Amino acid sequence: MIAWEGFKSGSWREEVDIRQFIQLNYEPYDGDDGFLAQPTASSRQLWEQFMSLAKQERERGGVLGMDTKVVSTITSHGPGYLNKELERIVGMQTDEPFKRALQPFGGIRMAKSACEAYGYKLDEEIERVFSTYRKTHNQGVFDAYTPAMSLARKAGIITGLPDAYGRGRIIGDYRRVALYGIDFLKKSKQEELSLYNERPMTDEVIRAREEIAEQIRALQELQEMAEGYGFDISKPANTAQEAFQWLYFGYLAAIKEQNGAAMSLGRTSTFLDIYVERDLKRGTLSEQDAQELVDHFVMKLRMVKFARTPEYNQLFSGDPTWVTESLAGMGLDGRALVTKTTFRFLHTLETLGPSPEPNLTVLWSTRLPEAFKMYCARMTIKTSSIQYENDDLMRTYFGDDYGIACCVSAMRIGKQMQFFGARANLAKALLYAINGGVDELLKVQVAPPFSPLLSDTLDYDEVMTAFDHIMEWLAELYINTLNVIHFMHDRYCYERIEMALHDQDTMRTMATGIAGLSVVADSLSAIKYARVKPIRDEKGVAVDFLIEGEYPSYGNNDDRADEIAVDLVKRFMKKLKKHSTYRNSRTTMSVLTITSNVVYGKLTGNTPDGRKQGEPFAPGANPMHGRDTKGAIASLASVAKLPYEYALDGISNTFSIVPGALGKNDGERERNLTAILDGYMSKDGHHLNINVFDKQMLLDAMEHPEQYPQLTVRVSGYAVNFIKLTKEQQLDVINRTFHGKI
Amino acid sequence: MDASQGRIHSIETSGMVDGPGIRYVVFMQGCLLRCQYCHNPDTWTIGKGGHNMTVDELVRDIQAYLPFMKYSGGGVTVSGGEPLLQADFLLAFFQALKREYGIHTAIDSSGGCFTTHGHFFETLKQLIRYTDLVLLDLKQIDPKKHLALTGKPNDHILEFARFLSDNRVPVWVRHVLVPGVSDDETDLKGLAAFIRTLNNVQRIEVLPYHEMGKYKYEQLGIDYPLLDTKPPDDITVQRAKEILGAH
Repeated sequence: MIAWEGFKSGSWREEVDIRQFIQLNYEPYDGDDGFLAQPTASSRQLWEQFMSLAKQERERGGVLGMDTKVVSTITSHGPGYLNKELERIVGMQTDEPFKRALQPFGGIRMAKSACEAYGYKLDEEIERVFSTYRKTHNQGVFDAYTPAMSLARKAGIITGLPDAYGRGRIIGDYRRVALYGIDFLKKSKQEELSLYNERPMTDEVIRAREEIAEQIRALQELQEMAEGYGFDISKPANTAQEAFQWLYFGYLAAIKEQNGAAMSLGRTSTFLDIYVERDLKRGTLSEQDAQELVDHFVMKLRMVKFARTPEYNQLFSGDPTWVTESLAGMGLDGRALVTKTTFRFLHTLETLGPSPEPNLTVLWSTRLPEAFKMYCARMTIKTSSIQYENDDLMRTYFGDDYGIACCVSAMRIGKQMQFFGARANLAKALLYAINGGVDELLKVQVAPPFSPLLSDTLDYDEVMTAFDHIMEWLAELYINTLNVIHFMHDRYCYERIEMALHDQDTMRTMATGIAGLSVVADSLSAIKYARVKPIRDEKGVAVDFLIEGEYPSYGNNDDRADEIAVDLVKRFMKKLKKHSTYRNSRTTMSVLTITSNVVYGKLTGNTPDGRKQGEPFAPGANPMHGRDTKGAIASLASVAKLPYEYALDGISNTFSIVPGALGKNDGERERNLTAILDGYMSKDGHHLNINVFDKQMLLDAMEHPEQYPQLTVRVSGYAVNFIKLTKEQQLDVINRTFHGKI
Repeated sequence: MDASQGRIHSIETSGMVDGPGIRYVVFMQGCLLRCQYCHNPDTWTIGKGGHNMTVDELVRDIQAYLPFMKYSGGGVTVSGGEPLLQADFLLAFFQALKREYGIHTAIDSSGGCFTTHGHFFETLKQLIRYTDLVLLDLKQIDPKKHLALTGKPNDHILEFARFLSDNRVPVWVRHVLVPGVSDDETDLKGLAAFIRTLNNVQRIEVLPYHEMGKYKYEQLGIDYPLLDTKPPDDITVQRAKEILGAH
């Protein structure tokens, strides 16, 4: 077969096995960035067109177009182009660039309110169909929610749940489309289906049969969608251009079908490099051509849009899509998975300029080639657009062909998926412990009643006993709530094409999360090491706290406080694990807030650490703003203590530093930044977002957004276009600790 | 004085501009000079301010940061204040760092308390054996201007520089560039000529004056002497670098 000519043979030819194909065929690259080419004229022109649309979108209040009539499916729209003459990679979510699709399967109310928020009106017939004849995920969830679940949601002790929007965080193995073509993939799914032929028809077997049938149908639709653009993807890709195109079609089908919170891409660059190298050797492609393919592909990824509601935007600010692409990492055989195309992907931050999407994630190992490390550091200093995650840590759990979904969730590509579970608010749980289960803002009983703590000064042991009790209740309610949500999501909003690009034997995790870790750690430290006196209102609810004396706070490498944080992570995870989960998924936990730390702050009263009601939490696992007083490295050392084995869904840390504090010249800054990453990762730190800029620039960007159209800022687990954040979110970013002693 | 205890103002774990690599910087409390542009006036007082820490406490604390030092080629810098005012403590501290971790050590000093007499000098001769680098502040070559700027003469500071040179202790010379105070061309040329007589200078750094210490004066209720002084412009900085042969 021409498509596989020149590739080393293996069992990947008979059975789907992308990892083996990569390992047998990729060429590691340990050189520097000297080979990279400048963008072509057509890339520049396309990018200008893109930026002009982005400007119009901003001027129109954040949305340029919305489909109100055509329900988005893989085949719902005919071909659409940004510029048909110039685009080397084609395919659009709807029929026009920047036009957001109508995706009502997650919830018709959400789809309707997304339209209305931006001045559009949902077609009446569509609304009628999805209210009368076709039930949605959202309705299913609310049919099954118990009163306790609804109340916990309303009080904000469990927040951000994917019960009204698509859960996302599932990564189809889009590479399979390129390497195998649709015929092959359909055939292997048919074989999987046949394994369920002679079996007793239990719920599980019936569900498997129905799901596989849907997957095969989705593959067929994917092929039809590609035909609309003039491509026959029934067979494997023959060239690099086709490989990029086939892969993108696979991804495009997924985003046409699902408006998931995070629609991540996977780990594609080293796979694609094999095709690029083959064409370079054949002389059918130049370095410029190769960069052009990457640039045009990345432009498509930057163009992904979803219709979302203002409430959603509050939680996840800045219109994020989490098209996360995982780069580099080490192979199990000790070779780095860095190729020239890994460089080409990072180079898009210069050819096209900085950008939050795709969410470029470097899987960092202390053993990565030095030249690559230095290049990463240089790009971070220039663009603040990269996040780093510890490959040395994750490889032991996930092997060497995993990718990151959303921000920090590692999963084996095509072999593992997760049930996204948002997060529980531990800071509020602590207040419930003090107040006998009464919500401090709603002033209603949310947790089952027990006696509130009545002493003048809070006693650490008493608080811990009550807190442990509340966490026990919360863990059970939380898992049960997620079970309801994911049962309904599978039923009414199943990810057909993404799961078609998974093995049938896929591992599922129940990915819970916590918010408020540093608030709780500091509160408990204050109760233990200082004297904390509750101030109670007329109903006896502790609404504020008086702190006498000083206490060690989390983020200063002080074990007295840090060990409280470590204990919290372990304690809550152990409680979560007690409860049975939907589809026997394996329970995991993350310490990640995205930008919802602002919303959590609003929903949580005064806390015993001295944080006032309404003040944002620190994002993810970060120490509270301004309390890490011993400098950046002490702060990193504290966060690195959090045990990854108890938080396998990821531990997010965001680190901002002014350029002058990193060293006196470019070379020093790059070396020091590299050493920060090596040091943090060798201490088992999991994730690091790095921003390198002056606070002054952000203030200026608030004043003059038009001068900073591409200013990108890393926040908890992703990046955003700074000027798209709400003013409140912008101030939160600015108020966070900037490490900057010069 | 108990050599195992130091009077410490504060600790910064991510020093990346005070010596090579990522450095654990210990700001010592107490200084004899009163430099007009000082951005740490809160470290001036001797006998009050700061808190005591033992060598053991510091060495234990530093352990967590060793990987960062290893990967960056960094280490520990003592700054201040004037660290040499607590030379006995420094000696015990550096000896312990070399014994426990074998890491790079640096002293950020103006040499303001240098003398070739008595106990201090004996301690110093020991200390430089455990010191990999001295970041030496040479503020002003003109003696009168130095007195005006810092409240002290500079002859013993220059003597300190020669002592380090004679003993082959690697030095990075640092010169804070303050418009109207330390940017005069003749002075700079004089300073450059002096630096050329030293045989241990690995690097010369020009540090442009900044106003980030201003708020501390307000907090401490001290008049800020350089109220009307602005940071130098790029051209002035560039010219000073050329004269001094700085990097």
